[in-house]
Amino acid sequence: MNYGIVSQEQLEQIDGVLSEKLIKLGVDCVIIIDMAGNIITAKDNGESKYDVYSFAALAAGNFATVDAMAKLVGEQEFSLLFHKGQESNIHFSKIDDELLLISMFGRDISLGFLRLNVVDVIEKIRVIWGNQ
Amino acid sequence: MSFINLKDKIVQVKIVYYGPGRCGKTTNLEYINRTYRKQIVSEMVSLKTHGDRTLFFDFLPFDMGQIKGYDIKIQLYTVPGQVKYNATRKLVLRGVDGIVFVADAMEKQREKNIRSLNQLHENLQSYKESIFNIPLVMQYNKVDLKEHGIPILPTSILEKDLNSRLKVPYFEASAITGYNVAATLKKIISSSVISIQKKLL
Repeated sequence: MNYGIVSQEQLEQIDGVLSEKLIKLGVDCVIIIDMAGNIITAKDNGESKYDVYSFAALAAGNFATVDAMAKLVGEQEFSLLFHKGQESNIHFSKIDDELLLISMFGRDISLGFLRLNVVDVIEKIRVIWGNQ
Repeated sequence: MSFINLKDKIVQVKIVYYGPGRCGKTTNLEYINRTYRKQIVSEMVSLKTHGDRTLFFDFLPFDMGQIKGYDIKIQLYTVPGQVKYNATRKLVLRGVDGIVFVADAMEKQREKNIRSLNQLHENLQSYKESIFNIPLVMQYNKVDLKEHGIPILPTSILEKDLNSRLKVPYFEASAITGYNVAATLKKIISSSVISIQKKLL
């Protein structure tokens, strides 16, 4: 995997998948980040005003911490994380060792439905990522 | 590793301020945050303990303008300096593009500086990076304490202790007054950007 630079074509395909599968579903904001805290791409519904750069730094730190905790209890990894709030929720899912998919969504979407779509999105992204 | 977005023409550069506890890493970022407010779009993120010590990291994103049509987004991080937090320091170093090593010029901190630098060397090795290859700038902080009669190490000693083999650029500085904070930042940004350009060619 030539990680570090992604072609414009790949990014457009990934953005397409995110829009089609998650934003259309009603997810407020989707970000793909790497474990160093860089943003690979971010898509939103046009209304959300998140500070995605700070978010990426914190999310990478958060996930790294959870990964270290997993090792402490003898797990290879905890591949997904979910934070529930009153109005908004955050779902984190690992794409591979380097990449993380983060979805922020409100009360209108059920977690189960979101998870099904996230699994689908991750499979599609892996294919796009592999095609270079 | 920096991330280059060819579609939106954005380069993200990760710079980490590293050094022993209470050497002034967070103070560097706070000064930058105050002084360059206009170029900073978002708030500085600080994960602190109740005693105001850095628990995980501070984070400050910084827009540097364009180079050859690419927007350069600098991401400044600090690490927690306390000895017991090495696991966290390692996490923050993941994917780093450039490092500022902030040394505490106070005489009594001499050994702590050396230990911290040695640990940086080990931590980078765990990511298959080398302290001899990565862009690095030394900052000998707290030189202002001399005026207050607190014994500080002369720069020649600090250079011998920390920089005799690395031979990287260094600055005497005072993060609290801002002396050479901007100079340190400019130097590490230019070294990091040049290093990224070299990797690409």
